[in-house]
Amino acid sequence: MTEMRKVFGEALEKLMRENDRIAVIDADLGKSNGTYCLREMFPGRAFDAGVAEADMAGIAAGMTSFGYIPFICSFAPFVTRRIADQAAVSISYAKRNVKIVGTDPGITAEKNGGTHMSVEDIGIMRAIPGFVVFEPVDTEQLRQSVPQVVEYDGPVYIRMCRKETPDVFGPDYRFNLFTADVLRAGADVTVVCSGIMVETALDAAEALAKEGIGAEVVNLHTIKPVDTETLLRSVRKTGAVVTAENHSIVGGVYSAVCETLAQEYPAPVVPVGIRDRFGEVGQMDYLRRALHLGQCDIVEAARKAVGMKGK
Amino acid sequence: MDGIQELEQMCVQIRKDIVRAIGGAGTGHIGGSLSIVEALVCLYFREMNVDPQNPQMADRDRLVLSKGHAGPALYAVLAEKGYFDRDWLDTLNEPGTNLPSHCDMLRTPGVDMTAGSLGQGFACAVGMAKAAKACGSPARVFAVIGDGESQEGSVWEAAMFAGAHRLDNLIAFTDYNNAQISGTVTEILTLEPLEDKWRAFNFAARTVADGNDVAQVAQAVEWAKEQDRPAMLILKTVKGKGVSFAEKAGVGSHSMTLTQDDIDEAYEELEARG
Repeated sequence: MTEMRKVFGEALEKLMRENDRIAVIDADLGKSNGTYCLREMFPGRAFDAGVAEADMAGIAAGMTSFGYIPFICSFAPFVTRRIADQAAVSISYAKRNVKIVGTDPGITAEKNGGTHMSVEDIGIMRAIPGFVVFEPVDTEQLRQSVPQVVEYDGPVYIRMCRKETPDVFGPDYRFNLFTADVLRAGADVTVVCSGIMVETALDAAEALAKEGIGAEVVNLHTIKPVDTETLLRSVRKTGAVVTAENHSIVGGVYSAVCETLAQEYPAPVVPVGIRDRFGEVGQMDYLRRALHLGQCDIVEAARKAVGMKGK
Repeated sequence: MDGIQELEQMCVQIRKDIVRAIGGAGTGHIGGSLSIVEALVCLYFREMNVDPQNPQMADRDRLVLSKGHAGPALYAVLAEKGYFDRDWLDTLNEPGTNLPSHCDMLRTPGVDMTAGSLGQGFACAVGMAKAAKACGSPARVFAVIGDGESQEGSVWEAAMFAGAHRLDNLIAFTDYNNAQISGTVTEILTLEPLEDKWRAFNFAARTVADGNDVAQVAQAVEWAKEQDRPAMLILKTVKGKGVSFAEKAGVGSHSMTLTQDDIDEAYEELEARG
């Protein structure tokens, strides 16, 4: 297992060597996010805005005037809910090619507690017109995604863990920013998941198989725009859905999936996610239990979804 | 200074065009548009390296109208400069217009940054100045912020950054007409001591006693260019300047509905001066 921030910093370094218009701005969390080392290598285009996230967003939007593609990085809540208006007006409304990177999403903020725990960042960024919202699962997916994020001409919000994540994808994996990945086939229920919930969903699928329930696991790494084609192909087959996300069920993966299915192919959708509450201090095990983000929660939701079919 | 008289005449024409645009739309931000005319004319016709035929010229000087509601003033100046036909002014705020009430860089040739949500444009201007330095561009960046806008904390975040990074390619202006929507700036939330504040943020700061005097503004810009750090020129202006009913309305001129009589009276008054 490698730390996500290490891979992120390396991916940026490589791209910054190839492209002198990529810039990286931190808001005093460069050491936490793996980007601090870039400022010595790329003086002038890798720098610190200080603890001033709104200013960082505006500076990034302004830098695009000279062809720069800035990445602005901080903990997830500080580059979403704190700067929602800058993200909307100075970045997306003005169609500025700025990439926003929010780390420590949801319960992965662990001991920083509720103030630092973004349970609503996907909802905020998804609601702002024009943003692509992407949550990498592991270092392999992250490594392959960064060049595609640069290549995509428009604002992107990347929501990523900064520490170690379990490996889900091998070296044969081929990532496409706008295509969801089917990680396991199954005929009875589709489990749509993102981020840290992907490994949990795969474990849950194993457990469900023992009960005779075939779960198809779909990694919706890009939550906006939803890969409607992959989602519908799966749900037309299974007829029932569970969503699993490290985020509030208001505005996140559950919302995105329901919005898509409601008008294309209505089916029961049972959510596993944070139930309209804030986070709290704790370690992952505790927080998964307290906020119902465990394997058993997905198993239970899958049973419920299967039972709702045709009713 | 050369050409000041011509610029003064041009300001009269710009004011007529502002009245024409807002009069045509029926309602608009006339007070803060009229107060900033001299600064914009000075910049576009005396100072800035821009090419109306090539609005995206890489090393052009940039202007960010952070007080984006004064769009009509900028549009009148850009039309005069030749970015687009003056007839466009008659489409202000019409459905599908290229001239919306608040500046939109995607719609209007010559507009360098979208602005309207107060406190944001200035940070973008600072980002432009930082980027110009990073890539070795000779471009300079001019930013106009409102006095009411200066109550936004994000203005001061951006100021702190510009001062700390010694962005001497940035010249900012405060349109200090001392009127915001709900009253005078002094009574709502005073900015004073404003010059000291900017100095404390490592800007070179100077107050221009009459920010509606072309010669005074032009001289101040010459001074700002010589500074070894970002500069702030605090322009003491009059909201609604040059149009009696708007001047008399004071804080009420922030956004006004204009009758045909208002328009006729304003034209007459401006004609007499032109």
